[in-house]
Amino acid sequence: MNAALPFLPPSASTIAGEFNILFAGLLAITCAVLGLVVVLMFRFCAHYRRNNEAADRGHQTEKSWHWEVGWTAASFVVFLGLYAWGANIYLREHHPPPDAQDIYVVGKQWMWKIEHPGGQREIDALHVALNRPVRLVMTSQDVIHGFFVPAFRLKQDVLPGRYVTLWFDPDRPGRYALYCSQFCGTAHAEMGGEVTVMAPGDFQQWLAANASDATLSGDGAVLFHKTGCDGCHGAGARVAAPKLAGLYGGPVALRDGGSAIADEDFIRGAILEPAEHQAAGYEPVMPSFAGQLDEEQVVALVAYIKSLGSAPQ
Amino acid sequence: MTATTIVELPRPRGDSYLTDGTTLSSWLLTHDHKRIAILYCLSITVFFFIGGAAAALIRLNLITPRGLLLDAETYNRIFTLHGVVMVWLFLVPSIPTTFGNFLLPLMLGAKDLAFPRINLLSWYLFVLSGVIVLAGLIGGSVDTGWTFYEPLSSGYASGALVVVVGGIFVNGFSSILTGLNFVVTIHRLRAPGLTWYRLPIFCWSTYATSVILMLATPVLAVTLLLVAAEHLWGVGVFDPAHGGDPLLFQHMFWFYSHPAVYIMILPGMGVVSEIVPAFARKPLFGYHFVAWSSVAIAVIGFLVWGHHMFVAGESIYAALVFSFLSFIVAVPSAIKVFNWLATLHKGSISFEAPMLYALGFILLFTIGGLTGLFLATLAFDEHVTATYFVVAHFHYIMVGGMVSAYFAALHYWWPKVTGRLYPESWARFAAILIFFGFNLTFFPQFILGYLGMPRRYATYPPEFQVWNVFSSAGASILAAAYVLPLFYLTWSLFRGERAPGNPWGATGLEWQSASPPPTDNFERTPRVTRPPYDYPEPAA
Repeated sequence: MNAALPFLPPSASTIAGEFNILFAGLLAITCAVLGLVVVLMFRFCAHYRRNNEAADRGHQTEKSWHWEVGWTAASFVVFLGLYAWGANIYLREHHPPPDAQDIYVVGKQWMWKIEHPGGQREIDALHVALNRPVRLVMTSQDVIHGFFVPAFRLKQDVLPGRYVTLWFDPDRPGRYALYCSQFCGTAHAEMGGEVTVMAPGDFQQWLAANASDATLSGDGAVLFHKTGCDGCHGAGARVAAPKLAGLYGGPVALRDGGSAIADEDFIRGAILEPAEHQAAGYEPVMPSFAGQLDEEQVVALVAYIKSLGSAPQ
Repeated sequence: MTATTIVELPRPRGDSYLTDGTTLSSWLLTHDHKRIAILYCLSITVFFFIGGAAAALIRLNLITPRGLLLDAETYNRIFTLHGVVMVWLFLVPSIPTTFGNFLLPLMLGAKDLAFPRINLLSWYLFVLSGVIVLAGLIGGSVDTGWTFYEPLSSGYASGALVVVVGGIFVNGFSSILTGLNFVVTIHRLRAPGLTWYRLPIFCWSTYATSVILMLATPVLAVTLLLVAAEHLWGVGVFDPAHGGDPLLFQHMFWFYSHPAVYIMILPGMGVVSEIVPAFARKPLFGYHFVAWSSVAIAVIGFLVWGHHMFVAGESIYAALVFSFLSFIVAVPSAIKVFNWLATLHKGSISFEAPMLYALGFILLFTIGGLTGLFLATLAFDEHVTATYFVVAHFHYIMVGGMVSAYFAALHYWWPKVTGRLYPESWARFAAILIFFGFNLTFFPQFILGYLGMPRRYATYPPEFQVWNVFSSAGASILAAAYVLPLFYLTWSLFRGERAPGNPWGATGLEWQSASPPPTDNFERTPRVTRPPYDYPEPAA
């Protein structure tokens, strides 16, 4: 992007490579169609201009339906191909590999707060290791923001009131721009930062240099006790409350007869709106913690509950 | 006259609709669809230049990365004003309320619309809504963008939000009543012999537009009322802090606002379908396909709203369906472009200003449509949505397409409306200037978006500057090109050569009436016996 006339953004994720080929394909088809339109228009306009007496204007095409069917079918087939191509990449963009590292993101007017599982915290910056898939678990504390890294060709709106995820596999070291892509108020344009992709060794050093007293799940464990969660969900609790060990990622039977997957969004919802996430077989006695915990505290609790073990796959 | 009717109409005695009453009240209380069209034309011209001034400030500010003259809050208010004014006070009403109003009864061989008084009421509601919206935007401080996304608007915007939203609510009634009036008119007031397949395409596309106006606008009205209720009384609908769902807002908003895109472009397609045959002296190629493609766009257009939300948090299965339907809705648009091109084949083409605008429309609409395919492609959208790529795309459709079509219509029917000819050289010059100014303004924005510059940024990283400077340079050309017609058309009103009834030798009932038409349009109701665009085939 240092060129005087920049045309292409840097590419730094595995998906970016596939994206670039898709872009080349779209561009080729577009140029072909546009070229056809331009050539036909200028040719017809030049040849059949009114003062060109020499032009043969007889035998105008009477039956037009075979032309109609022709270009309708051709458009449809090309469109179908583009659809399938784009959808294929999109589906992979939304299925993170199981070994992806979870990193938590909280957006607020007008900053990005990043929390690594090891307890490292960053603001408007994200450090990740080369060739190590990362899965971002994101939420907003106020309005909708958009997490956008052009070099990864990825973008995800970050909503208040729920978790959304975004994953990528960085494949090129460097520093890349991070933007907020969803208009979020006065300083929207200033809400951004940098994603730094580092060689694995450098990343380990960075983690060590920025280590805090406790890991994220450690923070969560302290909070779990302080907030009184362990009074019911703890090991020695006498109240019949769902066991949290091995909960994450598995199915949960709900009191209303349905079922849900206990992903981060479900766990968050169960803490803040327990009435709507009631597990089957338990009395609906859990109070809501909405308004008592901010999003960063909820993130720590979620990380702690995940650290208690995942459901068997 | 070889064209549509068998009735040779003498120039009616007496005065035209323009001289039938000269007092202010004869205009402000008129029931004549032609005068109401003029009232609309004057109002939307004012709104167009207000919205345009906001656009000029935006482009001026973006010349430098830190912003040339506006602070962030002012910038956000200015682009909100630009969007709201251009969408609801110019683009949605533009061609339907001016040329739809003026031409529909003439094209149908009728004396007026089905409900002339409701037509006047629509105009008053429109002007009222414009005053309310502008009072809220200029007097208050609304900086949510024209999309009013939640929970930003109900939870964080100032009180003037309710004023603006209320103005748009009133505007909706004007839209609905206009749509209703057009639909009833097309059903009930066609001249004897004017069957559906003898209607000019402009009538078909106005019909399709009207159906969207009637069906989509109420959803917007409901949505805006809920936003106001949440803002005023904390009723929890969209804001998670009150137990609402912000995605619900986006679904409801785009359920109106995507069909609204077709409200804005279908009339333009209708205009081009009139002008291309007239200047190629040839029947429109594939009339039935062009006619039904308007209807297809109107119907499928209701099923694609989710393509605005591919990264908003909607389910990936919803995204797969909306992407597919978005490709499908592009097919009828492609059909139209190919049919216009085929109409040129073996034509006898002349290049007066309306034709230049129409050809410009076809090129710019094609670029806008093709980049729409980029955006319908899921993986590509994930990178460029909410960037300048989207801004460029919809301006190619809305400005390159719709505004070009509006200017095409303005020049093509100018002699009919005013009874005067416009100065041809100036008009051609303006048409060419608009084409180049437009491309210089908006093509760099595709590149900006692809590089990753998000939209609605008051400031931006320095590496984006060069393309922003190109864009702003283009905008200054475009601004000059848009002001130019204001001068030469005003000149033509007073000094222009008198126009004959049918200066282009075009078919269509409106050309059978005098220029300007008498108040009742036709002395006797015409009888139609021929198909539309019945231009004679030259000998082989």
